[in-house]
Amino acid sequence: MAPWKKLKPEFWDYVDAAAGPFSHLFNFRRIWQLAVLLAVGVAVVPLVVITAIDYQVTQKSIESEIALRTSRLVSNTRRAVSFFLEERRSALDFIVRDNTFADLNDPERLQAILRNLKNAFGGFTDLGVIDPLGYQRTYAGPYRLEGVDYSLQAWYKEVLERGIHISDVFLGFRQVPHLIIAVKHEVGSGTHFVLRATLDTERFNHLISHPEIAGGGDAFLINREGKLQTPSLSHGKVLDTLSLPIPAYSKNTELIEEEDSQDNLNVVGYAYIENAPFILMIMKNKKELMKPWSKTRLYLMGFLAASITIILVVILGVATYLVNKIYLADQKRLTMLHQVEYSNKMATIGRLAAGVAHEINNPLAVINEKAGLIKDLFSMREECARDEKLMNTINGILSSVERCAKITRRLLSFMRNTGVIAEGINVKETIQEVLVFLGKEAEYRSFHLSIQADEGVPPITSDRGRLQEILLNVINNSFAAMQDGGHLEVTVKRFKEHGVSVTVKDDGCGIPKADLERVFEPFFSTRTGKGGTGLGLSITSGLVQELGGEIRVDSEVGKGTSFTILLPINIEKKE
Amino acid sequence: MKVLLVDDEHELVSTLAERLSLRGIQADWAINGEDAMSLAEKNTYEVAVLDVKIPRISGLELKRRLHAKLPAMKFIFMTGHGSEDDYRSCSAETGEGCYLVKPVNIEDLIQKMNELIKASEVRP
Repeated sequence: MAPWKKLKPEFWDYVDAAAGPFSHLFNFRRIWQLAVLLAVGVAVVPLVVITAIDYQVTQKSIESEIALRTSRLVSNTRRAVSFFLEERRSALDFIVRDNTFADLNDPERLQAILRNLKNAFGGFTDLGVIDPLGYQRTYAGPYRLEGVDYSLQAWYKEVLERGIHISDVFLGFRQVPHLIIAVKHEVGSGTHFVLRATLDTERFNHLISHPEIAGGGDAFLINREGKLQTPSLSHGKVLDTLSLPIPAYSKNTELIEEEDSQDNLNVVGYAYIENAPFILMIMKNKKELMKPWSKTRLYLMGFLAASITIILVVILGVATYLVNKIYLADQKRLTMLHQVEYSNKMATIGRLAAGVAHEINNPLAVINEKAGLIKDLFSMREECARDEKLMNTINGILSSVERCAKITRRLLSFMRNTGVIAEGINVKETIQEVLVFLGKEAEYRSFHLSIQADEGVPPITSDRGRLQEILLNVINNSFAAMQDGGHLEVTVKRFKEHGVSVTVKDDGCGIPKADLERVFEPFFSTRTGKGGTGLGLSITSGLVQELGGEIRVDSEVGKGTSFTILLPINIEKKE
Repeated sequence: MKVLLVDDEHELVSTLAERLSLRGIQADWAINGEDAMSLAEKNTYEVAVLDVKIPRISGLELKRRLHAKLPAMKFIFMTGHGSEDDYRSCSAETGEGCYLVKPVNIEDLIQKMNELIKASEVRP
């Protein structure tokens, strides 16, 4: 979980112990979550909706484009096939109208007509003239079929009935697929004859194998029974039975979707050819057709994924940055609040101390004068002046008064003004003064105290009261961590060009790494219940900042802690 | 040298006066402003040692009145309080160093008085 630890913002695990009933206002994790949720919702939902709509629309339009193209292809091909058949039927029609029965029964004439048909239209194999009784009277073509009786065949009956017949494709004598077109001509007075032509289906196949169908597509004709009339790429040879169901009759071009035996979805377009027993079928592999769509879809999805990723990264980043700013501002506010609280307390203590000092100073002054007078009087009398015990006693009183005076003066110095008062300070002397304050405790607990100041440390311009308080707090903090007989070392050094560093190093119990970054937080204390308020170092840090400086801490559990206070040489210049 | 001591602490001023006289300095004392003013009516003092807080009148006010009466007189303030404000206002009135916090060492006091007189002699 190391990367998470690195990414985890400062406010994540923060719990404002002092906020009480308003703690929900300072639940930064919640604020963050809410901000992220709202921003993500507002940004991502419309994007997803728009993308989904676009997806649908694009898919639909591509599908309809495919349908349109397929349908157009089917229609065009149907027209071509119809035209092909119609053209040949019309040719035959023209021949029977242009020639009398007798003309056509002239074998040479019929041969000439067949030749002309082959040259002009192509696809004709043979021609036969059938008399009203159903016998083929004359034949032009590769076989000898004169005299064949067609009168009982179904197609002949149909021609008589409808005037035209177009047959299914069948394999003739040569095992070559072909079909028959036959037309009846009424000569008048109830008599008639039939012209029968065999057509090669090669031209047919050529019509259907359209270049547009390429790429998984297939186009073929079937008859009404579902037998293939032209070869198919995937459904077999001519006259094989189609594996798919025969599509329902429709006058127009129709589109259906069907799954083939390999589970491929096919778009099937079909059309019934007018006046012929054929159904045109064009099949296209849907997957193949949708290929451009899947590419578009990939782009669309990629775009969506990239956008969402960017949005998430930006939202997470911005939310974290802003909430962290709020958090830091709140921390600053808390520190200030506590500092104000602390200053008030100190001011109160200061006033109290000053009052006490004043009250004591007056009687002290009286004792001082009275004892002084006694000493003066004794000094004038020779026997008393020589009485060592007497003089020692008097001097004892006077030196005690002096000690009391020192204490009250120090108490008085506690009361200081709230604004920063810049004055020249010798840092080493200030440290000594502070250590004198703590001298008694150090003595009782047998601490070894040492001060080391480098030669080149200049006097600094700063606020004496605040500096004293900073040192007092830091050294007190060290004392609390030290065992009896411990060592405390205060080092004063020059720091860079415009600074002085004061390092307070103890050999106390040290601070665990996890706590190290929180020691300057207000109300963070490991001594709660043992007299620690958790305010000392937070106020110290605030005071150092007021002096334009910086405080750092370095510690190792079991070895000790060192606090380094960096101060500008001139606070006024710094500001 | 003739000195006027003013402090509401009777024991203090009387003893201090006695000690000064043992050192050859004639010292009169008063425990309030009125007494101090009436003493100043009758005598001339070179130096006045005033408490900052005396009954009914502030040390500063008394200093101004005495100064009006005896312009050559020098002043030293003496206080048990030693607040920043007092220090500032008194220093502004008399100059640096004429502000002593009780209890005062008598030798220091005499030295300060001598310094003040000497300074006034140099600058007539």
